Amino acid sequence: MDDGGDVVRFQNVGMRYGLGPEILHDVSLRLDAGSFHFLTGASGAGKSSLLRLMYLAHRPSRGLITLFGHDIATTPRATLPSLRRRVGVIFQDFRLIDHLSAMDNVALPLRVAGASEKQIREHVPELLRWVGLADYIDSRPSVLSGGQKQRVAIARAVIARPRLLLADEPTGNVDDGIAMRLMHLLAELNKIGTTVVVATHNQSLVTSFAYPRLHLADGELSVLAPLSAGGAERRAEAAPAHGAAGGAP
Amino acid sequence: MIGAAPVLPLARDASSRFLPWLIAFMVWLATLALAAVMVLSAAGLQWREGLTGSLTVQIVPTEAMDATGLANRLSRAVALLRATPGVASATIVPDERIAALLEPWLGRDALSGGLGLPVPRLIDVTLTREAARGNFDSAALAERLKAAVPGAALDDHGQWLERLIALANAVEAIALAVLALISLAAVATVVFATRTGLAIHHDVIEVLHLIGAQDSYVARQFQLNALWLGLKGGAAGVVFAAGTLLVLGYLAGRVEAGLLPPFEMSTAQWASLAGVALVAAAISLVTARVTVLRTIGRMP
Repeated sequence: MDDGGDVVRFQNVGMRYGLGPEILHDVSLRLDAGSFHFLTGASGAGKSSLLRLMYLAHRPSRGLITLFGHDIATTPRATLPSLRRRVGVIFQDFRLIDHLSAMDNVALPLRVAGASEKQIREHVPELLRWVGLADYIDSRPSVLSGGQKQRVAIARAVIARPRLLLADEPTGNVDDGIAMRLMHLLAELNKIGTTVVVATHNQSLVTSFAYPRLHLADGELSVLAPLSAGGAERRAEAAPAHGAAGGAP
Repeated sequence: MIGAAPVLPLARDASSRFLPWLIAFMVWLATLALAAVMVLSAAGLQWREGLTGSLTVQIVPTEAMDATGLANRLSRAVALLRATPGVASATIVPDERIAALLEPWLGRDALSGGLGLPVPRLIDVTLTREAARGNFDSAALAERLKAAVPGAALDDHGQWLERLIALANAVEAIALAVLALISLAAVATVVFATRTGLAIHHDVIEVLHLIGAQDSYVARQFQLNALWLGLKGGAAGVVFAAGTLLVLGYLAGRVEAGLLPPFEMSTAQWASLAGVALVAAAISLVTARVTVLRTIGRMP
């Protein structure tokens, strides 16, 4: 059941790859609808692993994960695609499909959801214009710069209007100017109600925006208050960071 | 395949280039095997129908028997046969026909006595349709004939027919086994080609999976590609097989009648041979779908 309250809930979640050591230990968190969080921690702390659990790319080795009110351990396999469609993911390495144009890459979530070509022709160019890629609609990823690829990846992540947007080191491959523009884009999406989690080790971003932090250290999660920020933070404060993370009840 | 460009460029894979040729080869073999089954099955039926309704009586002349005595025995045998219920006709095979039958092996003088061989005289017996269906007691007739006409022997072709049909059935069974093995080989080939495609496009498939594609969405792309490759390969295989069968039919037609089973197929049989291409395409489609669903089913 989708209760409309918390979007993600973890209770005592542990995760390991195969028979390897446990990467995440007893992680408990709750992300309310419309919240915005940074996910911080040193390299190898488990940020990507935590996101993989959220976008259902991996199953926990123990504990309970609830996504949009669905316990994923008991949700039938046939239902999981519909949950994934409510989650937009910006991958660290973009994961664009090389032989498809920017238009077709962005259209992919709509096509797998069965949208008509008419809807696709209406919405995809509009979104590409919004992210500043109106002139690159027919371009393939191989001819795009890192920042342009990133914007295609963002457009693909948001085209189906996801309720949860997860970004894994979205500023890792771009300069600071583009990184700030990207953050403002994510803040805009948050304003319209999208729950956002941004994994980053870019300290300047974290200090520029007044969003709470989910901090991972040695596989354990703690929830930290926003770092103080300057002008950029004031802009972020204007965005309603509904809800908060915290220990699961 | 959807939209402007296929999400999975399966047509560009190496497997998409070699698979139609493999399927064509297998369809060629399968079509020939099926044609063999059809020809042998029809031949067995024809032999059975042709021989179960007929009997042959032979009277072997002895040294003490002159031409008149032989003629008398033939007449007595014919009279007895014609009086037997279930016999439609009994006709003495003319000497000229016996001579013609023996000429290739014994020369022209086989019947004239020049070779000193006791060449038997023959009586062709045709049974009525009801008798041929199994009610006729040929053993009892043989006994009566032997008692009435010394030296007369009745051959109902049963032993010969039984062995011939057993041989035809065995060859038919082998052809069916070949057909089954070819089908298994086709399934295995498509499985490996599909797994190769899954490995090549693993990254794209994972992205599709993570953005919410149903397993059947990915499977549909593989199965449509497999269907197309199966149809292409199947059509080529059937065309090659039709050519092969026409050549075989021509060569068989040049061989003396009676040595080979009749090499003729009806329009319906030709149509069912063409259907092998459709069956190959269907096998490709189903195999690709099952392979993809089983593989993707292991993703979280």
